[in-house]
Amino acid sequence: MADTDKQALLQFLLRMGDNTLILGHRVSEWCGHAPVLEEDIALANTALDLIGQTQMWLDYAAEVQGEGKSADDLAFLRDAWDFRNVLLVELPNGDFGQTLMRQFLFDAWASIMLGRLQSSRDERVREIAEKASKEVAYHVERSADTVVGLGDGTEESHARMQAALDYLYPYVGELFESDAVDAAMAEAGIAPDPANLRAEYDALVGRVLADATLQVPEGAFVHRGGRDGAMHTEHLGHLLCTMQWLQRAYPGCQW
Amino acid sequence: MYAQMVKSSGKGVKSREEMTEQERDFQDRIDADVKIEPRDWMPEEYRKTLVRQIGQHAHSEIVGQLPEGNWITRAPTLERKMILLAKVQDEAGHGLYLYCAAETLGVSRDDLTEDLLSGKMKYSSIFNYPTLNWADIGAVGWLVDGAAIMNQVPLQRTSYGPYSRAMIRICKEESFHQRQGYDIMMKMAQGSPEQKRMAQDALNRFWYPSLMMFGPSDKDSVHSAQSMAWKIKINTNDELRQKFVDQTVPQAEYLGLSIPDEDLKWNEETGHYDFTEPDWKEFFDVIKGNGPCNTERMNDRTRAWEDGKWVREGLLAHGRKKAARKSAAKVAAE
Repeated sequence: MADTDKQALLQFLLRMGDNTLILGHRVSEWCGHAPVLEEDIALANTALDLIGQTQMWLDYAAEVQGEGKSADDLAFLRDAWDFRNVLLVELPNGDFGQTLMRQFLFDAWASIMLGRLQSSRDERVREIAEKASKEVAYHVERSADTVVGLGDGTEESHARMQAALDYLYPYVGELFESDAVDAAMAEAGIAPDPANLRAEYDALVGRVLADATLQVPEGAFVHRGGRDGAMHTEHLGHLLCTMQWLQRAYPGCQW
Repeated sequence: MYAQMVKSSGKGVKSREEMTEQERDFQDRIDADVKIEPRDWMPEEYRKTLVRQIGQHAHSEIVGQLPEGNWITRAPTLERKMILLAKVQDEAGHGLYLYCAAETLGVSRDDLTEDLLSGKMKYSSIFNYPTLNWADIGAVGWLVDGAAIMNQVPLQRTSYGPYSRAMIRICKEESFHQRQGYDIMMKMAQGSPEQKRMAQDALNRFWYPSLMMFGPSDKDSVHSAQSMAWKIKINTNDELRQKFVDQTVPQAEYLGLSIPDEDLKWNEETGHYDFTEPDWKEFFDVIKGNGPCNTERMNDRTRAWEDGKWVREGLLAHGRKKAARKSAAKVAAE
C-alpha cells in the first residue's frame, strides 16, 4: 500500500474507532443513574457494543499504523489533538433526552454508513461492518423509538426533546463532510463519500422526527473540527482526563 | 444474596400444635421440598418476609451498580471497560428478575423503589463502602460477589418458586463475575509495586465489610429461625461466614496478599480457620445510615428517580396516545 493510502486508511479507521470510543464512554457515564431499570440495562448494553466496535476499529488502525502499538495505546495514550471523532459524540450527556437524541442522530448515520461498508473492498473493514451492523440495527431501532416516545409524550418531554434537537442538530453536518481522506477512501472503494449518505439520512431522520412531532431546526450552520482534529470542543480534554488517568499515572503496567 | 437482617414477625417458629390446618399443610409442602408458587396459599408472614428479603436483594443489585460504575469511566483498558460494563449490566438484570419475583407476591417495583428511597427498605451494607482504587473492582468481584455466591447457591433451593428460579439464573452469572474479579486481583498482585499496593489496600478495606455481608452472628440474629423453617434461608449466618473465610484465605495466599487479621490461623481441631469477627458496631452504624457512602448512594438513586420522572411520564403518555390512536383506527374501520 502506498504511504498516502496507508495514511488515509489510518485516518479513516481512527475516525470510525474514535466515534465509537468517545460515544461509548459518554453513554457509560449513565451507569446506575437512568430513569428506569430497563434503560440502565439498555445504556450499559449500548456502551458495551460501542466499546466492542472500538476495539475492532482501533486494532485494525494500530495494525495499519505499523508502529507496534495496540488499540489500548491508541485509546489511552493519544492527546485530544490526535482524536478524530466528530464533535457530536463528545458533547456532554445533558438530560436523558439529550443523550438519547444524540444517540439517535449518531445511530441513524452509523446504520447507513455500516450498511455501505459491508461492500467495502477492504476485507477487514467489511468484517467489522458486518458485525457492528447487527448491533447498530438494534441501537437505531431503540433510540428512534425512544425519541418518538418522548417527542410525542407529554408537553414537558416534547419540549425537552425539541431543546435537545435544537442543541445537537448543528453538530450533525460534520458526519457528512468530505475531505482528501474521504476522497482517497472512496477512490479505493474502501468507504463511501460521506456526502453521499446525506439524502438517505435525512429521509430516515425526517421520518422519525415527524413521528416524534419534532421540528428539524432551520439554518444550515455546521460545527466542525473533530473528524480532522482541527478544533475539538473543550469537553474532550476532560473526558480524556478521566478515561486515560490510570494509564497515564502508572505507565507501562499490565491491567 | 445481599439480604441482611431481614425482619420477620419476631414471634419465633410456631409449633405444629399452634398451626392451623392450612399452615400445617403449607409447612408439610415445604418440608417435602415442594415449591410454593404465586397462586398457592401462603401465611401472610411468609409473604411479607419474602417481599422484604427479595426486595432488599433487588435494591442491593441496583445500588450495587454505583460503586462499580464509579470505575467504568476510568477502566484502564478497553477490555476491562467491556467486562465491567457487562457485569454492571448483568447486575441491573438481576435487579429486574428479582423485582419481577417480588411482583408475584403483590408488590409493584415502583412501591419497592419508593420504600428504598424513603429509607423504609434497606440494601446490603457492603455498597456503602467506597471504591477508591482500580483493585477495588477486583476485590468487589472476588470478595463481594464471592460472599454473595456463598449465600445464593443454597438459595437456588429456596421454597418460593419464582425466587428459586431467579437465583438459578443469577448464580450462573455471579460465578463468572467472581472469576473476573479474581483475574483483576491476579494482574494487580503480580504487577508493579504500586499495583500490588492497590491490591493490598483493596483487600484491607473490603475484608471485614465482606464478612459483614452474612449478617450478625447467629446468637444475635433474631429473624433466622422462622426463615429457616420456611426455607427462605438455608444456612445460618455463621456457617456461611466460616465457609467464606475457609475458601478465601488460600486464594489470598495464592495472590501473595495478607488478610488484615493478625489472629487468623488454621485450626487443626475444627478443620476451619479461626478469624476475628468484624466490628459489629460499625455494621450497625452502616445499617443505620452512617456508612462512608450511605448519603451519596441514596442521593444518587433519588436523583436518578426524580430526574427520570419526566421520561417515565412521557413514555407512558405516548403509550396511551398510541393505544387511543389504534382503537380510534379500529372504530373507523368497522
